[in-house]
Amino acid sequence: MPPRSSRAAGPWGWLPPLLLMLLAACAARASEITFELPDNAKQCFYEEIAQGTKCTLEFQVITGGHYDVDCRLEDPDGIVLYKEMKKQYDSFTFTASRNGTYKFCFSNEFSTFTHKTVYFDFQVGEDPPLFPSENRVTALTQMESACVSIHEALKSVIDYQTHFRLREAQGRSRAEDLNTRVAYWSIGEAIILLVVSIGQVFLLKSFFSDKRTTTTRVGS
Amino acid sequence: LALYFHSGEREEKCIIEDVPSDTLVIGNYKVQRWDIHKQDFLESAPGLGMFVTVTSPTADVLLSKLYGPQGTFSFTSYLSGEHVICLQSNSTRFVALAGSKLRIHLDIRVGEHFLDESVVQAKDKVNEVNLRLEHLIEQIHHVSKEQNYEREREEKFRKMSEETNSNILWWAVVQTLILISIGIWQIKSLRDFFIAKKLV
Repeated sequence: MPPRSSRAAGPWGWLPPLLLMLLAACAARASEITFELPDNAKQCFYEEIAQGTKCTLEFQVITGGHYDVDCRLEDPDGIVLYKEMKKQYDSFTFTASRNGTYKFCFSNEFSTFTHKTVYFDFQVGEDPPLFPSENRVTALTQMESACVSIHEALKSVIDYQTHFRLREAQGRSRAEDLNTRVAYWSIGEAIILLVVSIGQVFLLKSFFSDKRTTTTRVGS
Repeated sequence: LALYFHSGEREEKCIIEDVPSDTLVIGNYKVQRWDIHKQDFLESAPGLGMFVTVTSPTADVLLSKLYGPQGTFSFTSYLSGEHVICLQSNSTRFVALAGSKLRIHLDIRVGEHFLDESVVQAKDKVNEVNLRLEHLIEQIHHVSKEQNYEREREEKFRKMSEETNSNILWWAVVQTLILISIGIWQIKSLRDFFIAKKLV
């Protein structure tokens, strides 16, 4: 649901950009949102991205129907960068070819009555480094490089945790559906069984009703 | 505040956050209204505000306040589970106004990633590393909380699966009994009927 939301939202604002990662450091941010998409609805999100920034869009459907959704990503000129129909989960990385507002939409228009819960994670730019090296004369100390590697490891742990949580939610949703369906089916079948068997007996009895004056032998 | 989406004037937009207990969630938003004359979104519309409502997994309301066109709200989750954050504008205009919509910028941050602002001020080497380490410890605590939450959820899931399993087994047994007893009743009933009708 990267460190859940805005992976590097903290440092990016005031950290002075490095020579090499000028644009990326400025724009590094991640937004992750879980929202409910009603049936026959479309929800679009917009983000302003600077040219040359590497961005990643990842989405997953958590509950609802066949757990799939349409997704579409367009650049400021309206060119479709990514378009997939009825996908359950996908991840798409691209580099912004020009400045402007990029738009991505999730559509549930193919579904008539199931609403879906969709999770997406849109990451813009790379995270700025923990220890900026612009006013540094020496290499990172052991302490600092240990910090950096722990930070990277924790970021990936949190990322895996998010994915695991989503998969578990999806699995639980399917299991709850199954439970409900089994309950309804049991009740329905019991009723049908009783109605059909009692009806059969009465139907047969009605074949031999006394209204007929001549006894007609029932062919076997 | 980069990511934004559009919504109707009186439309309520909700997002779901699945968080473990004792987690601080902070949200930043900015709302702009579409101006028909200028054909653009106004930077700030006077009197425009947003109702922010946060509901806990047990449907209790944790937060329900009216904020201005730009604001920050936060809440701490008491229970672990899906919390629903809903935003609705306080616009009193009726929906009949054509082409009227809102642009909502939103940024939600959960739990651990609050990098201390004072890190950049730390000129002292030791202090900076110290603060980074504290931040890492906070991240690890968050990971640990998430894992506890995961354990709770797995237990719930397992119970439900076992319940489904035993439901199916019980139903199969009951169905067989019903079938057998109905079968016996049918044969008996028909036999008595035929005997009464002197067909047998």
